[in-house]
This record gives sequence, C-alpha cells and structure tokens, in this order.
Amino acid sequence: MNLALSEEQEMLKTMARDFLADKLPKTAVKEMEESEEGYSAELWKEMAGLGWMGLAFPEKYGGSDMSFLDLAMLLEEMGRACLPGPYFSTVVLSGFTILDIGTDEQKDEYLPKISSGEAIFTLVLTEPSANYEESGIETKAIAEGDSYVISGTKLFVPDANVADYMLVAARTDKGITLFIVDAKSPGISTTVLKTIANDKLCEVVFDKVKVSKDNVLGEPNQGWPEIEKIIQRAAVGKCCEMTGCIQQALDMTVEYAKDRKQYGHPIGSFQVIQHYCADMATDVDGTRLSAYQAAWTLSEGLPCAQEVAIAKAWAGEACPRVMALAHQIHGAIGVTIDHDLQYYTRWAKAAEVSYGDASFHREVVAKEMGL
Amino acid sequence: MDFRLSEEQEKFRQEVSDFLEGEIKQGLWEPSCDAWIMGHNPEFTKRVSRKGWIGLTWPKEDGGQGRSYIDRLILTEEMLRYGAPAACHWFADRQIGGAVVHYGTDQQKKELLPMILKGEAYVGLGMSEPDAGSDLASLKTKATEDGDDFIIDGQKTWTSGGNNMNWIYLVARTDPDAPKHKGISEFFFSTDLPGISVAPIEDITGGVHFNEVFFENVRVPKTCLIGVRNKGFYQILNQLDYERSGMERLMANYPLFEALIQYTKETKRNGKPLSQDPLIRSKLAQLKIGLEIGRMHMYRVAMVMDEGRAPNWESSMSKVYGTAFEQRLAGTAIEILGLYGQLSPKSKNVPMRGMAYHSYLSSKGYSLQAGSSEVLKNIMAQRKLELPSQ
Repeated sequence: MNLALSEEQEMLKTMARDFLADKLPKTAVKEMEESEEGYSAELWKEMAGLGWMGLAFPEKYGGSDMSFLDLAMLLEEMGRACLPGPYFSTVVLSGFTILDIGTDEQKDEYLPKISSGEAIFTLVLTEPSANYEESGIETKAIAEGDSYVISGTKLFVPDANVADYMLVAARTDKGITLFIVDAKSPGISTTVLKTIANDKLCEVVFDKVKVSKDNVLGEPNQGWPEIEKIIQRAAVGKCCEMTGCIQQALDMTVEYAKDRKQYGHPIGSFQVIQHYCADMATDVDGTRLSAYQAAWTLSEGLPCAQEVAIAKAWAGEACPRVMALAHQIHGAIGVTIDHDLQYYTRWAKAAEVSYGDASFHREVVAKEMGL
Repeated sequence: MDFRLSEEQEKFRQEVSDFLEGEIKQGLWEPSCDAWIMGHNPEFTKRVSRKGWIGLTWPKEDGGQGRSYIDRLILTEEMLRYGAPAACHWFADRQIGGAVVHYGTDQQKKELLPMILKGEAYVGLGMSEPDAGSDLASLKTKATEDGDDFIIDGQKTWTSGGNNMNWIYLVARTDPDAPKHKGISEFFFSTDLPGISVAPIEDITGGVHFNEVFFENVRVPKTCLIGVRNKGFYQILNQLDYERSGMERLMANYPLFEALIQYTKETKRNGKPLSQDPLIRSKLAQLKIGLEIGRMHMYRVAMVMDEGRAPNWESSMSKVYGTAFEQRLAGTAIEILGLYGQLSPKSKNVPMRGMAYHSYLSSKGYSLQAGSSEVLKNIMAQRKLELPSQ
C-alpha cells in the first residue's frame, strides 16, 4: 500500500496547476461561461498541444499511453481551476468509451481526432426522466435497412452545443444501443439550458435522425452495461474534479482567515474558525483519499463498483459541507458576484448531482453490502 | 500509488482472523464493543503474546518483530473486527513499549520490554488530573528528588486501565520552578508500592475503565524515569500521536455494525426484512461509507509512521473523524432498533446483546479520550493549515 504520487504524476499535476493558473484567471472563466460556446477554442488548442486530450490513450491513436489514474491528477487540477468546456465530455465520457468498446475502424477514425483536439465529443444519455437508470431511456432507434432512425428528447446533455460527434444511447428492439452520431446530421436540434454552473447542458431533440448501422458502438441491445461503466468512470472523474474544487475552496478560505482581521486579530486565530477549517480539511482529505482509491481501482481494471460508489456518495455530501463553511468564513464578501468563491459554489453543486448523487450511490453501496 | 496490501500482509490478516475465529468457535470469549479497553482477559493476552503479536513494530534487537505500522494496523483492525478482549496488553503494546524503545536506557529496555512482550504489564495511563485535562501541562502531581528516588504525591483521574493495572505510566512535575511545559517528566513503575490507591469511576454504561489514582509519598527509584528529565511533555506529545493513531478510534464498536446489518436482514417489519426498507438501506450504506473513509484515514496515518514521521495532524484528523463515526454508528443503531434500542444489556428482550445501548453511551467518551476533538481540531488548524494561534 502506498499513497504517494509517482514522479510523473507530481510533474503532471504541477504543470497543469501552473498552466491553468496562468491561462485561466477567473475573468477568463467568466468569459467562457458567458460565451455561446462555453469554452475557449484557443485554450482548447493549447491543451491539446500539451497532450491532455490523448493523455490516457495509446500512442497509435495520438495519445501518451498514460493511465486513467494519471488522468485523474489532471482532472483534480481542472477542478481546482474551475475549467469550463468540453474536456470531460470529450475525453472522460466519450474517448474512453470508444477505446473500450469501439471497433478498430471506429478507434482509428475517432480517437486521433480526440487526441489532437480536432473534434469535440459528448455523451447523449439522460432524458426528461433525469436519472441514470436504464428505464429512464425512452428515445428510440428503429432499424431500417442499413440504418437506424433515432427519435426522442434528451436532456442535461453536456456540451452538445459545440459537439462534433455524439455518443447517443437509445432504445432498440431488445435493449439499449449506443451510436456514434455526427452532430450535424439532419434532424438534431439543440437548445442550451441555463444552469447553476453556467455550463452548457442542453436539450437535444432527435427527429428521425438517420444513423448508419456501422455507427453502432459496441453490441446492439447490449449497451446498458457499457453505459453503467461510463457512469462509473464519469463518477470517479467527477470526484477527482470535486477534490480539486474543494481543495481550492479550502485554500482560499484559509488564506482569507489569515488575512482578515476582526477585534484586532486575524479571524483564523479564533477557535471557531480554526475548527471550521479543520472540518473542511477532513472532508477534503476524505474526498481525495476515496477519489484516488476509486481512480486507482478503476485504472487497474479491478472490480470497482463499491469504491466508486463510496467516493461519489462521500464527495456528494462533503462538497456542500465544505462550501457552506467556506462561505461562512468568507462572510459577506464571499457572496458577491465579483468574488472567486462563487465559481466553486456553483460548480460544486452541479457536480454533486451529476453521475449519481449521494443517495443514488448509497443504494449501490447497499447492494454491494449484500443488503 | 497502490491501494493493495501486499500478499504477505493479506496472509497476515488471514492468520490473525483465523486465530480469532478459532478462539470464538472454542467459546473462549464473545465479541464485544470496547473490548480493547474493557476486555481484561489475561489468558487471551498470553496467547496473543505467544503469537508474537505484542511489540510487532519494535526493532528485533528489542525483542519485537521489526514489522511495519501497516502490519500492526492490520492486526489491530482484526482484533477490533472480532471485538477481542485485548485490554490487558493494549496500552503497553500501543504506546508504553514504544516509549521505552524510543526513550529508555539499555537497562530499562532489558527489564521492561520482556515483561511487556510476555503480556504481563497491565498498564494504567496516569496523565489527566482534576485540574489538568486538555491543558495537561498544568498537572500538579509532584515527583520530588530524594537521594536515589523520587517521592510522588498527587492525584490522577480518568486513568484508563487503573482498575486492572499492575504498572502505571505517570507524568509528574519534576521542576516546580520551571515554566509549566518544561518541568514535567515521565515515569513507568510497578503499582505494587506503598502509597498508591485506586478509586474506580463508574461510567455511564455502568462499566469501569476510568479511575482516580492517589499517590501519597510513593517512593519510586530514579531508574523509573523514562527519557530526559523535565522534557517529558515533549515526549508525551509524540506518544500522543501514537495513542491517537490507532484503529480503536474508528472500530471500537465495530461488532455493533456487523450485528446491526445481521439484525436488519433477520428482522421483519410489515412482512419485509428491515434491510429492504430504502431508508434503512441508506442509513446502513452511509455507515459503510463512513467506515471506509475512516479506514483510509487510518491507513494513511500508518503509512506516515512507516515513513518515520510522527503523524501529528494526520492522527488528529483520523481520531476526530473516527470517533465521530463511532458515535454516529451507535446513534444510528438505536434509531434502527426503535423502541428496542432503549433496552439495556441486562434487560429481557434486548436485541444484539445490548451492544447498541452500551455503545451509544460509551461512545460519548471516545471524542474526549486522548485529546478532545476540539484540541485535535486546533492541532489540525495550526499544524496542517498553519492558521495563527492567539
């Protein structure tokens, strides 16, 4: 047992932290949040140039052959920086899925495009039922000759407004099937929702969208177990981002508590404030430990259902506790729109409900316990 | 990063677990909560000693096994999982032996360590006093030099294990004129001396592990002083890191958790097992999550110790976290039992041998022993987060 990061991981983390601190001041985050696209194409190119898109993909697909655990380090720093944009959708939700279950042709065609930053992908899964259950999928794909025809409404789809390709989950005759769909296909219409994180969650309506049978991803009708793996991977990825998010909130809060004076003393010298900060630190460390454990287990290819569920259930409860105390300690300045803290507050709330909230994952743990 | 235990460690866990299961099967004892502190069973301790499981982390030249703190954590985790009656050797093994190894003279090591290894030192922890709790450095018990001896006078309280001790670990003031942190020394001596009297304190469970201990002109040879005279407070700070670091701060009432899961599977309400009720599933899963997060904190502490560092903020964090978890476990158990939760272990109809009732009451003390959660949060704030002290 060993909790230390490898030298490579340390380097990756430091490099990512420095790069994002330099390129992504909160004014830039604000610009991205307010833009139509929700990201900066320029920054996207630079990230691709650093090899971030293909970090964990094999070299033959333009990647760097590193592991999911290595990627987890990067995600933590992205959470720390509140990076907006379609990285998570493209790499975590889509790239890994293609790598996992795509045909050789599909991998050859799409993965290099992801690694180079040329294409943006997203996962089109959830619907107005707003859950991560198989029964929540009503969008239909009906076989017609060499094609399928997809019809239905998807909701809470991240980054569909800028995606070049979509991995779409739809109900086929005997189960759920995943498709790789060109986002420019006729019949797809996308509307951006207004969200707490100011990210680009969309409603995507499929009106008789024709997709070639060659674009089925994985086995027809066998998509649900694969989607469960996608949700698992996404949940771990989110936990890593959440770790970075609340670590930064804690760091900002501690700095503030050292600077801010009341009654002639820094407020950080008062026991109540110290105890709040200690509570925050305990939550942050628990979140990190469990996120790393889940990321490591998944990365090693070991069964990880319990580890993932524990990490996400924990993070889902720890984040709001940490953010509540961050605000309490920052006082009124922290609830102003010009203060950086609000980016984390809003982002953390969205992360909490994404890819299974705490009660969703508690039920997974209950099952794993044999209850 | 690697979250796996080594093959050797897994084998060791299995060995400990097989041994304990064998003991239970033979009916030698029943698993219970708080058995690490209340389960005085000299025969069990002898058997553990014969296994070589006391002094596991001490250097081989001191009679230990030279094994890692992770190994020791595995051992204690299994002891607690099975609720084994390990109180006779727990304190000597956990902190006093280590203090002797670290600070003792060769002569002290030669005399004291074999006794501890044989499981013959039932140690009481003489630290707190009526006016020196969290502010331990305010202690008043005096050790006055007199020829080759010290004369000890004063009173200790909340002395864990005092009702069963044959040796006591004592902190006393050796220099009344020095600033309060700088005049304290540590002693370790047999309680078979004139002038020592013990008054057990019944706790809210009706059990006893706390005691008042009185010292009246107790003459102790100077060779009982451990480490450097007047530097005792700084030695203690280090030992406290170890005292706080153990698995007993997370799993003291673990047998209750297993019994509770079993209970919800076997008990029906409205024709369905309680374990099928979504609210109860959620509560039990929450406990499981809390336990696993706590285990990671504990393993981190052991890893810090294996790196040769004193785990000061890490063990503070794990102890605050762990004891709050234990309290939550006890509270949740009573909630799930409902009306049955109020029945005492001695009552007719009591479920789970009354472990929920006992644990609910006993766990109130967990967040006080070995550093109150408030003191420990100060440590975290000041040493980890570097917030200013006032």
